[in-house]
Amino acid sequence: MTTLVRSLLAAVLFITFALQAQAELRIDITRGTVEPLPIAVTDFVGATTVEQEYGRGIGRVIAADLERSGLFKPLDSRAFIQNNQAPGTLPRFGDWRVINAQALVQGRTQVVPDGRLKVEFRLWDVYAEQQMVGLAYFTVPDNWRRVAHIVSDAIYKRITGESGYFDTRIVYISETGPQNRRIKRLAIMDQDGDNHRFLTDGGTLVLTPRFSPTLQEITYLSYYGNQPRVYIFNIDSGRQEVLGDFPGMTFAPRFSADGNKVIMSMAKDGNSEIYTMDLRTRTVKRLTNHSAIDTSPSYSPDGKYITFNSDRGGSQQLYVMEASGAGVKRISHGKGRYATPVWSPRGDLIAFTKFTGGRFFIGVMRPDGKGERLLAEDFLVEAPTWAPNGRVLMFFRQERSKADGSGGKSRLYSIDLTGHNERQVITPLDASDPAWSPLIP
Amino acid sequence: MRFNILGMIAAVALVAACETAPKEEAASGGTGGSMASPSATTSAATMAPMGPKMGSQEDLVVNVGDRVFFDFDKYNLGSESRRVLEKQAVWLNKYRLVTVAIEGHADERGTREYNLALGERRANSAKDYLVALGVAADRIRTISYGKERPVALGSNEAAWAQNRRAVTTIK
Repeated sequence: MTTLVRSLLAAVLFITFALQAQAELRIDITRGTVEPLPIAVTDFVGATTVEQEYGRGIGRVIAADLERSGLFKPLDSRAFIQNNQAPGTLPRFGDWRVINAQALVQGRTQVVPDGRLKVEFRLWDVYAEQQMVGLAYFTVPDNWRRVAHIVSDAIYKRITGESGYFDTRIVYISETGPQNRRIKRLAIMDQDGDNHRFLTDGGTLVLTPRFSPTLQEITYLSYYGNQPRVYIFNIDSGRQEVLGDFPGMTFAPRFSADGNKVIMSMAKDGNSEIYTMDLRTRTVKRLTNHSAIDTSPSYSPDGKYITFNSDRGGSQQLYVMEASGAGVKRISHGKGRYATPVWSPRGDLIAFTKFTGGRFFIGVMRPDGKGERLLAEDFLVEAPTWAPNGRVLMFFRQERSKADGSGGKSRLYSIDLTGHNERQVITPLDASDPAWSPLIP
Repeated sequence: MRFNILGMIAAVALVAACETAPKEEAASGGTGGSMASPSATTSAATMAPMGPKMGSQEDLVVNVGDRVFFDFDKYNLGSESRRVLEKQAVWLNKYRLVTVAIEGHADERGTREYNLALGERRANSAKDYLVALGVAADRIRTISYGKERPVALGSNEAAWAQNRRAVTTIK
């Protein structure tokens, strides 16, 4: 009898263990609505006041990143029974189950003798009582926010199976003043709005910035000297350089995914065509030849195809062609006008702006034009840009303006590909034309 | 002082023009009176003996009309637009040293990049017509501002109609 009970118990324990191993903590981000995962992010511990300060800051940046993703619900630290525990020891999981934390993030900050900051963290599955990931990073102390974003990305990746997008930046157009005398400046910030700075002074009209995959450069449109041309801006040096020597307005630039090319439109004698420039050889190739407006080109991630906007069929629609310019095919067939196609970094979808019935929409469709889904709608929404994992989009929304020049407020928003979790991205002034960077290398 | 008088003339011409061209009324800065009728300038002349300096931007604005308008997402010239450009061509053929830039604009009901292309088309429509009327092409450059420089404020049809325009400015 006793042996029977004992062997049963062993079996039960074994089954429980097997279940736990299978039902690993995981969020399926492809689902429409996800109940946010309760997660406890503790302040990272430190031995000195300075280390504790970094630790507190890092914990808070991670919690804010995870919360903004809409997939996690960071728990109020005041409910924590066991705070400030060194990550080397096993957590008292029972204490975390009491407050319904399903995951736990602990870490330690340490200023090492050479002056660098060492940041280590562990992600625990509270119910399985297992470590899911544990990593350590060294960096200059000023870089502590970046390390926090890198930790957030590691947590996101471990739990969703997708790479994260927290260690990224946004370049956009900052706007001030009445609509007829709008001052526009290039501005850059971390994905969470921190480290904001202006890159141009507002003396020249600038539009549509886009990140290079190598991240040190931005391509954009500048009206410098009343000559609208595509420029490249080096973020580190602040140097601005006009791209090519074109006889007409160049606009709508975008880098190829490998960073070696910029594709753009050039308007001559009123006709806009698509050109691509090899940045290494500076050779230019014309890709379209049609009396219609051909603009807003975007390469597929493998560089084999280009999606663009044209009114060659009578109204603005989306098209896909081969990188050589051959095999042009219309892909949008719905009601209304379609514009600003942007290929997802995953290659599976094309995001766009749509205008129909007096309203603007942000939507996505597959590269064959099927599976159209609209994610956001308003008086004016425009300019979708993809997070590097292809799961989140950012765009801008502009309100109606009044005849006295008031109103017309313009702001950035992010939204999940599922159409859920729309969030305003906080900027110091009005904002438009966002562009998401790749993960910082 | 002379400048102030000019300002008054432009203002009077604008009000008078409003009676025949209601679309003009929200134009700002006194430069919107593109279709000033002869009677308007006559009544202005009674207030001030001096008109705008011949061959100046003011002259173009007050006595000729500096801009033409377009329908939504269109760049073809209507009969009214052609009439204004015909007067511009006569004027440009009279003042042969003047060079101009034609600025093409769009309303806010379009995406930024498409509107840049559309503004370019509109500016070139106006240019092509002037060239067809005998104005040398190298006297006219074009620039598109897309939806970046509206002249009429407000998100309404009347403002949008004013903003879909090509404006001739002396360089």
